[in-house]
Amino acid sequence: MAGFGTAVNRPLYGRGPSPGLRFTGYALLALTIMYFDQRGQLSERMRYGLQAIAYPIQLLVSSPGTLWHGMSSAFQTRSSLREENAALKARTRELELAAMRELALEQENAQLRDLRQALPPLVKKWQLAEVVSIETTPLRQRLVINRGKHDGAFVNEAVIDDHGILGQVARIGPFSSEVILITDPEHAISVQVVRNNLRTVAIGSGNSGELLLRDLAVNSDVKSGDLLVSSGLGGVFPAGYPVAQIIGVRREANQLLAQVRAAPLAQVERAREVMLIEFDPAHPAAPAPNPPIAPLPPPPSPKHPAPVEADD
Amino acid sequence: MSNRSSFALVALTALLGLILTLVPLPHWVAIARPAFLVLVVLYWSTMAPFSAGIGLGFVSGLALDVFEGSLLGEHALALAFVTYLAIRLHLLMRAKPLFEQSIFVFAGLVVYEFLLWVIDGWSGHPTTGPARWIHTVSGGLIWPVIVGFLGRFHTPQ
Repeated sequence: MAGFGTAVNRPLYGRGPSPGLRFTGYALLALTIMYFDQRGQLSERMRYGLQAIAYPIQLLVSSPGTLWHGMSSAFQTRSSLREENAALKARTRELELAAMRELALEQENAQLRDLRQALPPLVKKWQLAEVVSIETTPLRQRLVINRGKHDGAFVNEAVIDDHGILGQVARIGPFSSEVILITDPEHAISVQVVRNNLRTVAIGSGNSGELLLRDLAVNSDVKSGDLLVSSGLGGVFPAGYPVAQIIGVRREANQLLAQVRAAPLAQVERAREVMLIEFDPAHPAAPAPNPPIAPLPPPPSPKHPAPVEADD
Repeated sequence: MSNRSSFALVALTALLGLILTLVPLPHWVAIARPAFLVLVVLYWSTMAPFSAGIGLGFVSGLALDVFEGSLLGEHALALAFVTYLAIRLHLLMRAKPLFEQSIFVFAGLVVYEFLLWVIDGWSGHPTTGPARWIHTVSGGLIWPVIVGFLGRFHTPQ
Protein backbone atom coordinates (compact mmCIF):
# COMPACT_ATOMS: atom_id res chain seq x y z
CA MET A 1 0.00 0.00 0.00
CA ALA A 2 2.26 2.73 -1.14
CA GLY A 3 0.72 6.01 -2.15
CA PHE A 4 -0.59 8.53 0.23
CA GLY A 5 0.16 7.93 3.85
CA THR A 6 0.51 9.76 7.06
CA ALA A 7 2.01 9.10 10.40
CA VAL A 8 -0.09 6.04 10.70
CA ASN A 9 0.26 3.82 7.69
CA ARG A 10 -3.19 2.49 7.34
CA PRO A 11 -5.01 2.83 4.08
CA LEU A 12 -8.16 4.87 4.17
CA TYR A 13 -10.11 2.97 1.57
CA GLY A 14 -10.48 -0.76 1.31
CA ARG A 15 -10.54 -1.19 5.06
CA GLY A 16 -13.91 -1.52 6.63
CA PRO A 17 -16.90 0.46 5.40
CA SER A 18 -16.41 3.61 3.34
CA PRO A 19 -16.48 7.02 5.05
CA GLY A 20 -19.89 7.74 3.56
CA LEU A 21 -21.35 4.57 5.00
CA ARG A 22 -19.73 5.18 8.37
CA PHE A 23 -21.05 8.70 8.48
CA THR A 24 -24.53 7.45 7.67
CA GLY A 25 -24.28 4.99 10.55
CA TYR A 26 -23.13 7.64 13.02
CA ALA A 27 -25.73 10.11 11.77
CA LEU A 28 -28.52 7.59 12.30
CA LEU A 29 -27.18 6.88 15.79
CA ALA A 30 -27.05 10.61 16.60
CA LEU A 31 -30.56 11.15 15.27
CA THR A 32 -31.87 8.26 17.38
CA ILE A 33 -30.24 9.62 20.51
CA MET A 34 -31.60 13.09 19.76
CA TYR A 35 -35.10 11.76 19.20
CA PHE A 36 -35.18 9.95 22.51
CA ASP A 37 -33.51 12.80 24.37
CA GLN A 38 -36.06 15.25 23.02
CA ARG A 39 -38.94 12.98 24.05
CA GLY A 40 -37.37 12.71 27.50
CA GLN A 41 -37.34 8.94 27.51
CA LEU A 42 -33.70 8.13 27.95
CA SER A 43 -32.45 11.40 29.28
CA GLU A 44 -32.98 11.00 33.04
CA ARG A 45 -30.93 7.85 33.58
CA MET A 46 -28.38 8.46 30.88
CA ARG A 47 -27.85 12.06 31.88
CA TYR A 48 -27.33 10.94 35.46
CA GLY A 49 -24.56 8.59 34.37
CA LEU A 50 -23.02 11.12 32.01
CA GLN A 51 -23.06 13.77 34.72
CA ALA A 52 -21.04 11.39 36.90
CA ILE A 53 -18.49 10.81 34.11
CA ALA A 54 -18.23 14.51 33.37
CA TYR A 55 -17.68 15.60 36.95
CA PRO A 56 -13.93 14.73 37.21
CA ILE A 57 -13.20 16.72 34.07
CA GLN A 58 -15.23 19.65 35.37
CA LEU A 59 -13.21 19.51 38.60
CA LEU A 60 -9.99 19.41 36.58
CA VAL A 61 -11.03 22.37 34.47
CA SER A 62 -11.91 24.45 37.50
CA SER A 63 -8.83 23.44 39.49
CA PRO A 64 -6.59 26.37 38.45
CA GLY A 65 -9.19 28.85 39.64
CA THR A 66 -9.77 26.94 42.87
CA LEU A 67 -6.05 26.72 43.47
CA TRP A 68 -5.60 30.43 42.88
CA HIS A 69 -8.45 31.25 45.20
CA GLY A 70 -7.08 28.93 47.88
CA MET A 71 -3.60 30.39 47.62
CA SER A 72 -4.72 33.98 47.68
CA SER A 73 -6.79 33.30 50.79
CA ALA A 74 -3.87 31.47 52.43
CA PHE A 75 -1.62 34.47 51.92
CA GLN A 76 -4.08 37.03 53.18
CA THR A 77 -2.51 39.38 55.62
CA ARG A 78 -3.46 39.62 59.23
CA SER A 79 -4.78 43.14 58.89
CA SER A 80 -7.03 42.33 55.94
CA LEU A 81 -8.44 39.37 57.86
CA ARG A 82 -9.07 41.61 60.84
CA GLU A 83 -10.86 44.10 58.64
CA GLU A 84 -12.97 41.37 57.12
CA ASN A 85 -13.78 40.04 60.55
CA ALA A 86 -14.92 43.45 61.74
CA ALA A 87 -17.08 43.91 58.66
CA LEU A 88 -18.68 40.51 59.15
CA LYS A 89 -19.38 41.24 62.81
CA ALA A 90 -21.07 44.49 61.91
CA ARG A 91 -23.17 42.73 59.31
CA THR A 92 -24.16 39.99 61.74
CA ARG A 93 -25.30 42.60 64.21
CA GLU A 94 -27.39 44.32 61.56
CA LEU A 95 -28.99 41.05 60.56
CA GLU A 96 -29.66 40.13 64.18
CA LEU A 97 -31.39 43.44 64.69
CA ALA A 98 -33.51 42.86 61.62
CA ALA A 99 -34.37 39.32 62.69
CA MET A 100 -35.22 40.19 66.27
CA ARG A 101 -38.78 41.13 65.49
CA GLU A 102 -39.16 38.25 63.05
CA LEU A 103 -40.59 35.76 65.52
CA ALA A 104 -43.13 38.24 66.81
CA LEU A 105 -44.10 39.20 63.28
CA GLU A 106 -44.48 35.58 62.32
CA GLN A 107 -46.89 34.99 65.19
CA GLU A 108 -48.79 38.16 64.45
CA ASN A 109 -49.07 37.06 60.85
CA ALA A 110 -50.40 33.67 61.89
CA GLN A 111 -53.04 35.36 64.06
CA LEU A 112 -54.05 37.65 61.25
CA ARG A 113 -54.41 34.67 58.97
CA ASP A 114 -56.51 33.05 61.65
CA LEU A 115 -54.32 30.01 62.02
CA ARG A 116 -54.65 28.12 65.25
CA GLN A 117 -51.09 26.90 65.55
CA ALA A 118 -47.78 28.52 64.80
CA LEU A 119 -46.46 28.07 61.30
CA PRO A 120 -43.59 25.71 60.59
CA PRO A 121 -40.41 27.45 59.46
CA LEU A 122 -40.43 28.07 55.72
CA VAL A 123 -36.98 26.63 55.14
CA LYS A 124 -37.03 22.94 55.89
CA LYS A 125 -33.46 22.15 55.06
CA TRP A 126 -30.61 24.05 53.54
CA GLN A 127 -27.07 23.21 52.58
CA LEU A 128 -24.08 25.06 51.27
CA ALA A 129 -22.68 24.09 47.89
CA GLU A 130 -19.49 25.15 46.19
CA VAL A 131 -19.51 26.30 42.59
CA VAL A 132 -17.34 23.97 40.55
CA SER A 133 -17.69 25.65 37.20
CA ILE A 134 -19.62 28.51 35.74
CA GLU A 135 -20.75 29.02 32.18
CA THR A 136 -22.07 32.38 31.09
CA THR A 137 -22.53 32.43 27.35
CA PRO A 138 -25.39 34.09 25.47
CA LEU A 139 -26.98 30.68 24.96
CA ARG A 140 -26.42 29.16 28.37
CA GLN A 141 -26.04 30.47 31.88
CA ARG A 142 -25.29 27.54 34.12
CA LEU A 143 -23.37 26.54 37.22
CA VAL A 144 -22.06 23.17 38.24
CA ILE A 145 -22.09 22.67 42.00
CA ASN A 146 -20.55 19.97 44.15
CA ARG A 147 -23.78 18.61 45.61
CA GLY A 148 -25.70 15.80 43.98
CA LYS A 149 -28.22 13.10 44.69
CA HIS A 150 -26.04 11.64 47.45
CA ASP A 151 -26.19 14.94 49.30
CA GLY A 152 -29.96 15.11 49.03
CA ALA A 153 -30.21 17.63 46.21
CA PHE A 154 -33.11 17.23 43.80
CA VAL A 155 -34.27 18.62 40.48
CA ASN A 156 -36.07 21.99 40.75
CA GLU A 157 -34.53 22.71 44.15
CA ALA A 158 -34.15 26.45 44.64
CA VAL A 159 -30.63 27.88 44.64
CA ILE A 160 -29.93 31.26 46.23
CA ASP A 161 -26.94 33.25 47.35
CA ASP A 162 -26.92 35.80 50.14
CA HIS A 163 -28.41 38.53 47.95
CA GLY A 164 -31.27 36.77 46.23
CA ILE A 165 -32.49 33.97 44.02
CA LEU A 166 -29.81 32.57 41.72
CA GLY A 167 -31.56 29.73 39.92
CA GLN A 168 -32.71 26.17 40.27
CA VAL A 169 -31.25 22.70 39.93
CA ALA A 170 -31.77 21.56 36.35
CA ARG A 171 -29.92 18.26 36.15
CA ILE A 172 -28.65 16.06 38.82
CA GLY A 173 -25.75 13.62 39.05
CA PRO A 174 -24.56 11.49 41.93
CA PHE A 175 -22.05 14.01 43.30
CA SER A 176 -22.71 17.14 41.31
CA SER A 177 -25.60 18.94 39.75
CA GLU A 178 -26.19 21.56 37.14
CA VAL A 179 -27.94 24.76 38.11
CA ILE A 180 -29.79 26.83 35.54
CA LEU A 181 -29.43 30.51 36.42
CA ILE A 182 -32.33 32.94 36.27
CA THR A 183 -30.40 34.76 33.52
CA ASP A 184 -30.38 31.71 31.22
CA PRO A 185 -32.52 32.39 28.13
CA GLU A 186 -34.39 29.15 28.81
CA HIS A 187 -35.36 30.21 32.33
CA ALA A 188 -38.37 32.20 33.45
CA ILE A 189 -39.33 33.11 36.99
CA SER A 190 -42.62 34.47 38.21
CA VAL A 191 -42.06 37.75 40.07
CA GLN A 192 -44.00 40.61 41.55
CA VAL A 193 -43.17 44.25 42.06
CA VAL A 194 -42.88 44.95 45.78
CA ARG A 195 -44.32 48.46 45.51
CA ASN A 196 -47.68 47.47 44.01
CA ASN A 197 -47.79 43.64 43.83
CA LEU A 198 -47.89 43.74 40.04
CA ARG A 199 -47.19 40.21 38.84
CA THR A 200 -45.17 39.33 35.80
CA VAL A 201 -42.57 36.92 34.47
CA ALA A 202 -38.84 37.64 34.32
CA ILE A 203 -37.03 35.84 31.52
CA GLY A 204 -33.30 35.35 31.31
CA SER A 205 -31.53 37.39 28.66
CA GLY A 206 -28.37 35.34 28.23
CA ASN A 207 -26.45 38.26 29.71
CA SER A 208 -25.55 37.57 33.32
CA GLY A 209 -26.45 41.10 34.41
CA GLU A 210 -29.92 41.27 32.95
CA LEU A 211 -33.43 39.86 33.08
CA LEU A 212 -36.20 40.84 30.68
CA LEU A 213 -39.82 41.55 31.59
CA ARG A 214 -41.44 41.04 28.25
CA ASP A 215 -45.13 41.11 28.93
CA LEU A 216 -45.84 44.35 30.72
CA ALA A 217 -48.20 46.71 28.99
CA VAL A 218 -46.99 50.20 28.07
CA ASN A 219 -49.16 51.78 30.75
CA SER A 220 -48.22 49.36 33.54
CA ASP A 221 -46.95 50.91 36.71
CA VAL A 222 -43.25 50.06 36.83
CA LYS A 223 -40.28 52.31 37.09
CA SER A 224 -36.55 52.12 37.39
CA GLY A 225 -35.47 51.06 40.86
CA ASP A 226 -38.50 48.90 41.63
CA LEU A 227 -37.64 45.76 43.56
CA LEU A 228 -38.88 42.42 42.21
CA VAL A 229 -39.48 39.49 44.54
CA SER A 230 -40.58 35.97 43.73
CA SER A 231 -44.34 35.59 43.67
CA GLY A 232 -44.54 31.95 44.74
CA LEU A 233 -46.25 30.90 41.52
CA GLY A 234 -44.61 28.33 39.30
CA GLY A 235 -43.91 25.74 41.92
CA VAL A 236 -40.19 26.21 42.45
CA PHE A 237 -39.48 29.36 44.39
CA PRO A 238 -41.35 30.47 47.50
CA ALA A 239 -42.99 33.87 47.68
CA GLY A 240 -41.12 36.95 48.80
CA TYR A 241 -37.49 36.21 48.00
CA PRO A 242 -35.62 39.05 46.30
CA VAL A 243 -34.92 38.46 42.62
CA ALA A 244 -33.98 41.63 40.77
CA GLN A 245 -34.20 45.37 40.54
CA ILE A 246 -35.59 47.17 37.53
CA ILE A 247 -32.89 49.15 35.76
CA GLY A 248 -34.62 50.41 32.67
CA VAL A 249 -38.10 50.95 31.29
CA ARG A 250 -38.63 51.97 27.68
CA ARG A 251 -42.03 52.89 26.42
CA GLU A 252 -42.58 53.53 22.75
CA ALA A 253 -45.75 55.02 21.42
CA ASN A 254 -46.16 52.51 18.62
CA GLN A 255 -45.77 49.40 20.74
CA LEU A 256 -48.18 47.63 23.04
CA LEU A 257 -45.60 46.34 25.47
CA ALA A 258 -43.02 48.20 27.47
CA GLN A 259 -39.44 47.03 27.28
CA VAL A 260 -38.38 46.48 30.86
CA ARG A 261 -34.95 45.33 31.97
CA ALA A 262 -33.95 44.25 35.46
CA ALA A 263 -30.64 43.41 37.08
CA PRO A 264 -30.53 40.25 39.21
CA LEU A 265 -29.65 40.89 42.85
CA ALA A 266 -27.79 37.59 43.23
CA GLN A 267 -24.19 37.90 42.14
CA VAL A 268 -24.48 35.66 39.16
CA GLU A 269 -20.94 35.81 37.84
CA ARG A 270 -19.11 36.04 41.14
CA ALA A 271 -20.89 33.27 43.02
CA ARG A 272 -18.47 30.86 44.69
CA GLU A 273 -20.75 29.42 47.34
CA VAL A 274 -24.48 29.02 46.97
CA MET A 275 -27.28 27.69 49.12
CA LEU A 276 -29.58 24.85 48.15
CA ILE A 277 -32.91 25.27 49.88
CA GLU A 278 -35.73 22.87 50.47
CA PHE A 279 -38.97 24.47 51.55
CA ASP A 280 -41.65 23.16 53.84
CA PRO A 281 -44.76 22.75 51.66
CA ALA A 282 -47.01 23.32 54.70
CA HIS A 283 -46.01 26.98 54.90
CA PRO A 284 -48.30 29.39 53.04
CA ALA A 285 -45.37 31.16 51.40
CA ALA A 286 -43.99 27.90 50.01
CA PRO A 287 -44.20 27.35 46.27
CA ALA A 288 -47.42 25.83 45.03
CA PRO A 289 -47.06 22.07 45.25
CA ASN A 290 -47.40 21.25 41.56
CA PRO A 291 -44.15 21.65 39.63
CA PRO A 292 -44.43 23.39 36.27
CA ILE A 293 -43.27 20.46 34.18
CA ALA A 294 -44.74 17.52 36.04
CA PRO A 295 -44.59 14.10 34.42
CA LEU A 296 -47.98 13.03 33.18
CA PRO A 297 -49.86 10.97 35.76
CA PRO A 298 -50.68 7.41 34.77
CA PRO A 299 -54.19 7.09 33.35
CA PRO A 300 -56.59 6.40 36.22
CA SER A 301 -57.78 2.82 36.24
CA PRO A 302 -61.50 2.31 36.78
CA LYS A 303 -60.93 0.00 39.75
CA HIS A 304 -58.87 2.47 41.80
CA PRO A 305 -60.11 5.99 41.20
CA ALA A 306 -57.48 8.58 41.96
CA PRO A 307 -57.98 10.17 45.38
CA VAL A 308 -59.30 13.68 45.15
CA GLU A 309 -56.92 16.09 46.80
CA ALA A 310 -58.35 18.58 49.22
CA ASP A 311 -58.15 22.11 47.96
CA ASP A 312 -57.13 24.84 50.35
CA MET B 1 4.60 5.94 15.07
CA SER B 2 2.73 2.91 16.24
CA ASN B 3 -1.01 2.64 16.16
CA ARG B 4 -1.39 2.70 19.89
CA SER B 5 0.73 5.77 20.50
CA SER B 6 -1.06 7.63 17.74
CA PHE B 7 -4.38 6.76 19.34
CA ALA B 8 -3.10 8.04 22.69
CA LEU B 9 -1.88 11.22 21.02
CA VAL B 10 -5.21 11.87 19.34
CA ALA B 11 -7.12 11.16 22.56
CA LEU B 12 -4.85 13.39 24.65
CA THR B 13 -4.98 16.33 22.26
CA ALA B 14 -8.75 15.94 22.00
CA LEU B 15 -8.99 16.03 25.79
CA LEU B 16 -6.83 19.14 25.80
CA GLY B 17 -9.14 20.69 23.22
CA LEU B 18 -12.15 19.83 25.37
CA ILE B 19 -10.56 21.41 28.43
CA LEU B 20 -9.72 24.59 26.49
CA THR B 21 -13.33 24.69 25.32
CA LEU B 22 -14.60 24.48 28.89
CA VAL B 23 -12.17 26.67 30.86
CA PRO B 24 -14.23 29.50 32.32
CA LEU B 25 -13.47 32.85 30.76
CA PRO B 26 -14.96 36.33 31.10
CA HIS B 27 -18.09 36.85 29.06
CA TRP B 28 -16.55 38.91 26.26
CA VAL B 29 -13.63 36.51 25.77
CA ALA B 30 -15.85 33.44 25.88
CA ILE B 31 -17.89 34.71 22.94
CA ALA B 32 -14.84 34.80 20.69
CA ARG B 33 -13.31 31.57 21.98
CA PRO B 34 -12.62 29.20 19.09
CA ALA B 35 -14.12 25.74 19.32
CA PHE B 36 -10.79 24.10 20.15
CA LEU B 37 -12.09 20.55 20.24
CA VAL B 38 -13.63 20.93 16.78
CA LEU B 39 -10.35 22.30 15.45
CA VAL B 40 -8.36 19.42 16.93
CA VAL B 41 -10.77 16.92 15.40
CA LEU B 42 -10.54 18.70 12.06
CA TYR B 43 -6.75 18.63 12.27
CA TRP B 44 -6.55 14.90 12.87
CA SER B 45 -9.16 14.07 10.29
CA THR B 46 -7.27 15.96 7.60
CA MET B 47 -3.70 15.13 8.61
CA ALA B 48 -4.23 11.57 9.83
CA PRO B 49 -7.62 10.41 8.62
CA PHE B 50 -6.64 6.81 9.31
CA SER B 51 -6.11 7.09 13.01
CA ALA B 52 -8.95 9.51 13.59
CA GLY B 53 -12.09 8.71 11.71
CA ILE B 54 -15.66 9.86 11.92
CA GLY B 55 -15.85 7.98 15.21
CA LEU B 56 -13.58 10.56 16.81
CA GLY B 57 -15.88 13.34 15.59
CA PHE B 58 -18.92 11.52 16.93
CA VAL B 59 -17.43 10.83 20.37
CA SER B 60 -16.03 14.37 20.71
CA GLY B 61 -19.41 15.77 19.73
CA LEU B 62 -21.10 13.61 22.33
CA ALA B 63 -18.66 14.94 24.94
CA LEU B 64 -19.56 18.50 23.91
CA ASP B 65 -23.24 17.63 24.25
CA VAL B 66 -22.68 16.41 27.79
CA PHE B 67 -20.62 19.38 28.91
CA GLU B 68 -22.63 22.04 27.14
CA GLY B 69 -25.91 20.44 28.12
CA SER B 70 -27.36 20.64 24.65
CA LEU B 71 -29.68 18.08 23.12
CA LEU B 72 -27.79 14.78 23.33
CA GLY B 73 -26.52 13.91 19.87
CA GLU B 74 -26.67 17.44 18.48
CA HIS B 75 -22.97 18.26 18.51
CA ALA B 76 -22.26 14.59 17.73
CA LEU B 77 -24.17 14.81 14.46
CA ALA B 78 -22.73 18.19 13.44
CA LEU B 79 -19.16 17.22 14.26
CA ALA B 80 -19.47 13.80 12.60
CA PHE B 81 -20.67 15.52 9.44
CA VAL B 82 -17.83 18.04 9.41
CA THR B 83 -15.35 15.23 10.10
CA TYR B 84 -16.81 13.33 7.15
CA LEU B 85 -16.33 16.37 4.92
CA ALA B 86 -12.78 16.79 6.18
CA ILE B 87 -11.93 13.16 5.47
CA ARG B 88 -13.37 13.34 1.98
CA LEU B 89 -11.44 16.53 1.24
CA HIS B 90 -8.27 15.83 3.20
CA LEU B 91 -5.98 15.44 0.18
CA LEU B 92 -7.25 18.63 -1.37
CA MET B 93 -6.90 20.50 1.90
CA ARG B 94 -3.42 19.27 2.74
CA ALA B 95 -2.10 20.50 -0.59
CA LYS B 96 -3.20 24.05 0.13
CA PRO B 97 -1.13 26.74 1.83
CA LEU B 98 -2.07 27.57 5.40
CA PHE B 99 -4.00 30.68 4.43
CA GLU B 100 -6.34 28.74 2.17
CA GLN B 101 -6.64 26.01 4.77
CA SER B 102 -7.90 28.67 7.16
CA ILE B 103 -10.66 29.53 4.73
CA PHE B 104 -11.59 25.85 4.41
CA VAL B 105 -11.70 25.57 8.20
CA PHE B 106 -13.83 28.68 8.43
CA ALA B 107 -16.26 27.15 5.94
CA GLY B 108 -16.28 23.90 7.89
CA LEU B 109 -17.01 25.74 11.14
CA VAL B 110 -19.85 27.63 9.47
CA VAL B 111 -21.37 24.34 8.34
CA TYR B 112 -20.94 22.97 11.87
CA GLU B 113 -22.54 25.98 13.53
CA PHE B 114 -25.31 26.03 10.93
CA LEU B 115 -26.23 22.44 11.75
CA LEU B 116 -26.28 23.28 15.47
CA TRP B 117 -28.39 26.34 14.77
CA VAL B 118 -30.89 24.35 12.74
CA ILE B 119 -31.15 21.59 15.36
CA ASP B 120 -31.49 24.17 18.14
CA GLY B 121 -34.33 25.77 16.26
CA TRP B 122 -36.12 22.51 15.53
CA SER B 123 -35.83 21.25 19.07
CA GLY B 124 -37.17 24.48 20.55
CA HIS B 125 -34.00 25.83 22.12
CA PRO B 126 -33.18 29.53 21.94
CA THR B 127 -31.03 30.48 18.96
CA THR B 128 -30.12 33.93 20.16
CA GLY B 129 -28.25 36.47 18.22
CA PRO B 130 -25.25 36.69 15.93
CA ALA B 131 -22.77 36.08 18.78
CA ARG B 132 -22.74 32.34 18.20
CA TRP B 133 -21.15 32.79 14.77
CA ILE B 134 -18.12 34.71 16.01
CA HIS B 135 -16.17 31.56 16.83
CA THR B 136 -16.20 30.48 13.17
CA VAL B 137 -14.02 33.48 12.33
CA SER B 138 -11.72 33.15 15.32
CA GLY B 139 -11.44 29.42 14.63
CA GLY B 140 -10.29 30.07 11.07
CA LEU B 141 -7.82 32.67 12.29
CA ILE B 142 -6.29 30.39 14.90
CA TRP B 143 -5.97 27.41 12.52
CA PRO B 144 -2.30 28.08 11.63
CA VAL B 145 -1.47 28.03 15.35
CA ILE B 146 -3.25 24.69 15.76
CA VAL B 147 -1.37 23.27 12.78
CA GLY B 148 1.93 24.57 14.14
CA PHE B 149 1.25 23.13 17.60
CA LEU B 150 -0.12 19.72 16.68
CA GLY B 151 2.36 19.35 13.81
CA ARG B 152 5.17 19.05 16.37
CA PHE B 153 3.83 15.78 17.66
CA HIS B 154 3.93 13.75 14.50
CA THR B 155 5.71 13.58 11.17
CA PRO B 156 3.44 14.46 8.28
CA GLN B 157 4.43 12.80 5.04
